[in-house]
Amino acid sequence: MDDIKDDSRRRFVKGALWTISATALGPGVIISAKAQTEVTDLKSYKPVFFNDSEWRFVMAACDRLIPADATGPGALEVNVPVFIDRQMKGDFGLAKDWYMKPPFLKAVPQLGYQSPLNPAQTYQKGIAATDKYCQGQFGKVFAELSADQQDQLLTHLQKDDIKFDDVSAAQFFAFLLQNTKEGYFCDPIHGGNKDMAAWKMIGFPGARASYLEWVEQHNVPYPLGPVSINGERG
Amino acid sequence: MARQEKPVDVVLVGLGWTNSIMGMEMTEAGLDVLALEQGKDRDTVPDFAYPKMADELTYGVRLKLMLPPAKSTVTVRHNIHETAVPYRQLASFLPGEGVGGAGTHWNGHSWRPMPEELRLKSYVEERFGGDIIPKDMTIQDFGVSYEELEPHFTFFDKVMGVSGQAGNIKGQIQEGGNPFEGPRSEGYPLPPLKRTYNDDLFTKTAKAHGLHPFPLPAANASEAYTNPYGMQLGPCNFCGFCERYGCVNYSKASPQTCVLGALKQRKNFAYRTGCEVLKVELDSDGKKAIGVTYVDSKGEKVFQPANMVILGAFAYHNVRLLLLSGIGQPYDPVSNTGVVGRNYAYQMTGGTTMFFKDKEFNPFIGTGGNSTTLDDFAINQIDFRKEGFIGGSYFSAAMTNGQPIRNMPLPSGSPSWGAGWKKAVKENYGHSMGIHTHGSNMAYRDCYLSLDPNYTDNHGLPLLRMTFNWKDNDIRMTQFMKGKIEMLAKSMNPDSFKSSYKDFGTNYDVRHYQTTHNVGGSAMGTDPKTSVVNRYLQSWDVHNVFVVGASVFPQNLQYNPTMLVGGLTYWAAKAIREQYLPNPGPLVQA
Ligand SMILES: Cc1cc2nc3c(=O)[nH]c(=O)nc-3n(C[C@H](O)[C@H](O)[C@H](O)COP(=O)(O)OP(=O)(O)OC[C@H]3O[C@@H](n4cnc5c(N)ncnc54)[C@H](O)[C@@H]3O)c2cc1C
Ligand code: SF4
Repeated sequence: MDDIKDDSRRRFVKGALWTISATALGPGVIISAKAQTEVTDLKSYKPVFFNDSEWRFVMAACDRLIPADATGPGALEVNVPVFIDRQMKGDFGLAKDWYMKPPFLKAVPQLGYQSPLNPAQTYQKGIAATDKYCQGQFGKVFAELSADQQDQLLTHLQKDDIKFDDVSAAQFFAFLLQNTKEGYFCDPIHGGNKDMAAWKMIGFPGARASYLEWVEQHNVPYPLGPVSINGERG
Repeated sequence: MARQEKPVDVVLVGLGWTNSIMGMEMTEAGLDVLALEQGKDRDTVPDFAYPKMADELTYGVRLKLMLPPAKSTVTVRHNIHETAVPYRQLASFLPGEGVGGAGTHWNGHSWRPMPEELRLKSYVEERFGGDIIPKDMTIQDFGVSYEELEPHFTFFDKVMGVSGQAGNIKGQIQEGGNPFEGPRSEGYPLPPLKRTYNDDLFTKTAKAHGLHPFPLPAANASEAYTNPYGMQLGPCNFCGFCERYGCVNYSKASPQTCVLGALKQRKNFAYRTGCEVLKVELDSDGKKAIGVTYVDSKGEKVFQPANMVILGAFAYHNVRLLLLSGIGQPYDPVSNTGVVGRNYAYQMTGGTTMFFKDKEFNPFIGTGGNSTTLDDFAINQIDFRKEGFIGGSYFSAAMTNGQPIRNMPLPSGSPSWGAGWKKAVKENYGHSMGIHTHGSNMAYRDCYLSLDPNYTDNHGLPLLRMTFNWKDNDIRMTQFMKGKIEMLAKSMNPDSFKSSYKDFGTNYDVRHYQTTHNVGGSAMGTDPKTSVVNRYLQSWDVHNVFVVGASVFPQNLQYNPTMLVGGLTYWAAKAIREQYLPNPGPLVQA
């Protein structure tokens, strides 16, 4: 069994050298000067939605939700906050596709989202309430707490242990976690997953979308790195 | 005053699978046909072109091919005493929108119903005795038989270019197919898709247990193919962006790849997009439709006169249009009177995921219908009296749509964030496979559709209200399947596994995707007291209105619905062409 595996792996690598261009990219991709997408430097990025204190919160929270370590890139290394900031200005943040007409009645959670707040408003209220809570408890805003304190606080939000006046802590956390993971694994055209680093960590080939010749290669790791919608290569 | 358009012979409401088929059939009969579709025009080029389709966030997560609730949605409640609240954000089911409807972003699982399912009530009574049917379970026969529909299934197989292995051709059991299926007049037009690693593992395990695994019948072309309408499909390249996406490759059967390219060439066919139909207009005595009123893309109200109206607007939209138009008597579960909205049903699903450190599945290599299945626990295989439930499921080991935002199964106990989550993600992505059950859902007196008294759409019209919850019969069914799947899962020797099946007391939860196989509400049948349309899908009350789509199912199959939806559409079209057009009027006397 091992022999076959090794042999096919060698075959793959060899094959990869010359098959990579056409079949792997599929039809229609133009490898041109555009191949390199504009890569934003997180430190110099100017948020389009969040204000300064909100931005500090988002940066700190993302850093705890997916910290950088030897396993793979952290949320900040792949620009997750840039992704979230852009999402807030777009259809998602504004709940453009959702039915947002009143009355907003209380219902069991199984009946789904029933808040009058869109995600962007939920972030704004959630960040303000969390920072206010941290000030009261620790005399510091969330971004200034120790990593352990931040982790504890995020856990409280997730479990809805803290009650805020005008926003659900658990709902705020749910958006934050959902968007952080989206920004981590999305195509780089959306501002996150810089250099496709999260895809490389797990071995997802991104937008290749053409695998006919690999289907029957069983129990063999796929050998080619990812490509993005803009033709970036990993 | 609404602007008035030039009259047509037939107006089609919606342009998904059903009305694409109706368009072919009605134009072939020489009629002038106009389709009104509320969404955008859509075709492979430019709408599904590579690389923009390979975008999980936009299509898989933000669902940009679906009908946004902002435009139209339903309200939901668990029982008749609650106030329903809106389904504000899509999750549990994903209605399609635009030319092609949900047929552009479906998976392509192409099952025929079992003969027994089409006459479920009779089958249960004859085989086990009617006393096993729980009080308030309102299952019925469809009023049409498998034998009557068989030629239409065979034709729809060819239109879609289904890839599969037949199990029963004219009563002869075929090696490697589904031995429990109804007899087919011929095999599938295309051979099964190539097999992935999970297929092989599941096949070996199932066979070792004496079960009968076979490749899922898939409307993803395994080879180059030309269908009876002259439409060409290319071999599926296992791109991995199938369900929730349009096909980049002309491989997934869809109304556009299989039907519309041919239909658009016919001079007696026209379609208008951005046109939302609000109402079927009736003549003064309410016995005949005279056309429909719609709002066009500029917001103008238009009256479209027509001699015949065919509602193909997807299951629950059909029901809402009937209610808004005053066609048929609305159902009332308390007095048990009326029919429109009665027998709404959904689908019972569950699954077990197994984790294997040393196995590499490459889950991004997959097609919509890439799966090995078995039907040993189907409706015609289970002793309902002994097991204490009515229903059945197929099992499916699918490797499909393995994109990382949505498809990241992690072992039980894995953290949901932080360093531990990332470690679990790195260790487990690509190292798991699942076995799922996809099962029937019975109809009940208090699960139904009606107009909502509190919430309206952008035109001020009431939203449709869904009253639905799980019942013990169906929970017993899924728990039975859990036992069987966990047995199979354990014998595959995974490092660990985790299960998700509904248990007693579980309420219907709109927050998680289950299926978009919403059925019922305008049931077909032979008795106008318990059905909205007759066995030819013709309204009992207004003879020139026909209703196509899963809203005519009186309860749900154990399978995905589209093969039956398409087969019934061809069946109704034949009745219209051969019986109705020469002699317009009720095809069945009430
Ligand atoms: C994600 C997903 C996966 C699926 N996978 C499978 C599968 O693998 N196998 C299977 O058998 N089935 C599957 N289905 C179900 C399958 O897609 C449907 O059974 C099938 O497409 C129904 O066809 P239809 O013509 O009845 O309705 P639709 O395809 O829904 O078409 C109806 C059209 O009518 C339009 N419309 C609605 N209301 C109005 C109005 N008032 N005025 C004008 N237009 C209107 C809609 O915009 C839509 O385009 C899946 C569905 C989804 C959403
Ligand atoms: S998996 Fe195949 S059928 Fe599905 S979208 Fe990709 S190429 Fe088309």
